[in-house]
Amino acid sequence: MSKKVQAMYLWWHKPVIDRELLQSLPNLKVIANSGVGMDHLDLKLVASFGVKMANAPHAVSSSTADTGMALLLASARRLVEGHHIAISSGMEYSEADFLGVEVTGATLGIIGMGRIGYKIALRAKAFEMKILYHNRTRRKEQEEQDVGATYCDNIDHLLQQADFVMVVVSLTPQTSKLIGKREMELMKPTATLINISRGAVIDQEALVTALQSGTIRAAALDVTYPEPLPRDHTLLKLKNVIITPHLGIKTDKATYMITEEAVENILAALNGLPMPSEVLPS
Amino acid sequence: MWYHKPVINKELLQSLPNLKIVASSGVGIDHLDLNLLSSYSVKLSNTPFVVSTDTADLGMALMLASSRRLVEGHQMAVSPDTEYFPADWLGAELSGATLGIVGMGTIGYKVAERAKAFEMKILYHNRNQRNKEEESAVGAIYCKKIDDLLHQSDFVLLSVNLTPQTHKLIGKRELELMKPTATLINISRGLVVDQDALVEALQNKVIKAAALDVTYPEPLPRDHPLLKLKNVIITPHIGSATKKTRRLMMENMIESIQAGLTGLPIPNEVL
Repeated sequence: MSKKVQAMYLWWHKPVIDRELLQSLPNLKVIANSGVGMDHLDLKLVASFGVKMANAPHAVSSSTADTGMALLLASARRLVEGHHIAISSGMEYSEADFLGVEVTGATLGIIGMGRIGYKIALRAKAFEMKILYHNRTRRKEQEEQDVGATYCDNIDHLLQQADFVMVVVSLTPQTSKLIGKREMELMKPTATLINISRGAVIDQEALVTALQSGTIRAAALDVTYPEPLPRDHTLLKLKNVIITPHLGIKTDKATYMITEEAVENILAALNGLPMPSEVLPS
Repeated sequence: MWYHKPVINKELLQSLPNLKIVASSGVGIDHLDLNLLSSYSVKLSNTPFVVSTDTADLGMALMLASSRRLVEGHQMAVSPDTEYFPADWLGAELSGATLGIVGMGTIGYKVAERAKAFEMKILYHNRNQRNKEEESAVGAIYCKKIDDLLHQSDFVLLSVNLTPQTHKLIGKRELELMKPTATLINISRGLVVDQDALVEALQNKVIKAAALDVTYPEPLPRDHPLLKLKNVIITPHIGSATKKTRRLMMENMIESIQAGLTGLPIPNEVL
């Protein structure tokens, strides 16, 4: 059976691709990933077996951008807390002093302005948000103008001015713990941190401290390290944290489109044709 | 007047012979008897425009939270019983879906502006059709008959004010016209929806889900079925609940009161 396997479609990072598995599948030609992040794969190892790799960059962008906006809005307006107050048996009267922070007209700092980051900017613009962004490379002037985004060469400037900091980078050795104690202390005490990239991009221990001490106002995390967090982790108990179970692309439409992208890549690889979204070890 | 308290009735008005003006917080005035007030020569003001963006933002927040099952997801993420996140746990895509806005006033229009950035297809139903520039700016299509909107929408958002005409605007009939995959979002007033019909529709999967910032009454009795349904998000009427907006509301109210006491034209007077 293992000699027949030519292609693999990874669903939710499973199965784990290690040397043993690759050795047991001598005719494996291609691995297609259900999503855009490739940090769970040892790209060099896979390439050394002559196996091609592909991700699904196009299908994920809208649903992940939507998740980012959903978390931003839910955190700003204290939606989860509000829901619990509304349905809990203790509530006998409306909390007239239950207040959130404004989204319209606030400043959004996007760290990582790739496909997903840009779609977030498009959405945030409709909320009349002022948009700052930090990226390895600057976007074209027209692209910046279309969303009214201002480039921050120095991430510190973004952190100091933003009311909402949205992290949308891919996980690489350079972005591991990109947001740590120093970065959080640069943020406003009224600011909210939103992470839709990878848990390891944020220094989680530093985040707990920052949230407990009021260094930042709140956090909304679709990703953590690990997933799920251990059940006794402090992040699960903080009132000013929303955690979602890696919802990023979990919609009917997105999962269908991701699978379509994966199949296209697999068929191309098996037929010796150029793959639409091949990922090479860099 | 804050959060509809105190209740303004004949007794209260009789006991306050020198009352000149009632300044009501927020835009809704359905809790007030305008004829009664005017019969006592008491003027009335509200705070109509300052609440619009926050309320539109909350409408979007509820729509996003409901479609992506954010509240359920959070519960799963923090629950002591969770060992792993199931791979087949899915929400519905908001981008590119069809939004039907019932009531395209200031708030409804701001919702349309926001929804457009999510590449949503926008239908709207209103007493009057908006002009062509306004429609094309948000890509909104007018549905003269509410039925057409209900048939086609993946999300139905209510942003009407409460009047005798909009009382129970959405009832059993309207809910049955909606798609079984559709979500109802209410940021107007609880009484715009027939709540009992809504409970039935949700229990029988006539519609998929609801997200309500407003109910009748507020809060709901603690044993109400709406509080127990998994496919319902309820928030405690926080449409305008941000620090900045509440401050602006207060400022508006004080302006109106000062004008009312000095006999000057009253900003935001309700006639």
